[in-house]
Amino acid sequence: MIATSLGPHASFIVASYIVTAIVVIGLVAWIQRDYAVQRRILGDLEQRGIKRRSQAREDKV
Amino acid sequence: MAVIEFFNNLANPTRFLALVNRVLPWLTALTVIVLAYGLYRVAGAPDDYQQGATVKIMFLHVPAAWLGMMGWGVMTVAAFGTLVWRHPLADVAAKAAAPIGAAFTFICLVTGSLWGRPMWGTYWVWDARLTSVLVLFLLYLGMLALYLTAEDPNRSARAAAILALVGAVNIPIIKFSVDWWNTLHQPASVLRMGGSAIDPSILVPLLIMALGFTLLFFTLHLAAMRNEILRRRVRSMRMMQAASA
Repeated sequence: MIATSLGPHASFIVASYIVTAIVVIGLVAWIQRDYAVQRRILGDLEQRGIKRRSQAREDKV
Repeated sequence: MAVIEFFNNLANPTRFLALVNRVLPWLTALTVIVLAYGLYRVAGAPDDYQQGATVKIMFLHVPAAWLGMMGWGVMTVAAFGTLVWRHPLADVAAKAAAPIGAAFTFICLVTGSLWGRPMWGTYWVWDARLTSVLVLFLLYLGMLALYLTAEDPNRSARAAAILALVGAVNIPIIKFSVDWWNTLHQPASVLRMGGSAIDPSILVPLLIMALGFTLLFFTLHLAAMRNEILRRRVRSMRMMQAASA
């Protein structure tokens, strides 16, 4: 139905929207995954008692 | 004055992260709403009298092109932040913008090719507009390679800032290429002297999509900046761990 209403070049139009959706969804998924990975690593380091320089300085004060 | 104070306050990554965590859910919701409404308006937009339904590709192609250029614009401003003001988050902003700008430039190139085939009879021509956008994409890849290969973010920041400033020369070339040279690509029809040449029934959905894409860019950019700050914290903590071992 949609393909016929898009005329003789429907495949080019549909392909444009599919490619855009794949790139945007891929970008969102990559950023979300990166966030989860960084948070997990930070959590592991903090559990082992490792602190950032600024945190260590605050503790000394 | 208030703007300078605002940016000074954001120089503290912890304060910046707190702000991002507060703003991001609202910005995400707004992005989804505007994009959904934009797509609804696109579905109802009429066909172009010359191009038929292929004009629907424009609603993706044009905003992606604008954001590909805006991404480099963000990196250029960030380059000044790195080199002149030495703002701690300037390089974080530049690094976070690079893959997002590259993705939008890629969308612009692919959708342009898919639009060109039925309208021009070819996927690609080496004319000034298409070539200068391809150069922008290659510049993005160069920037990503620079960040990927550099171990120390402090060292890569300066090189990346210089590359961003050099690459910024390409932005006005892209914008004015259709005026300076004979190209197959149509001249500017939205942002031009004397007003837009597009009928409101097509222009309004286009501007809504452009707003949605812009919101998407800044949502992803803030999220990527948050990731980069966390990555640098991880690096700093690992160095502390190595130093104390």
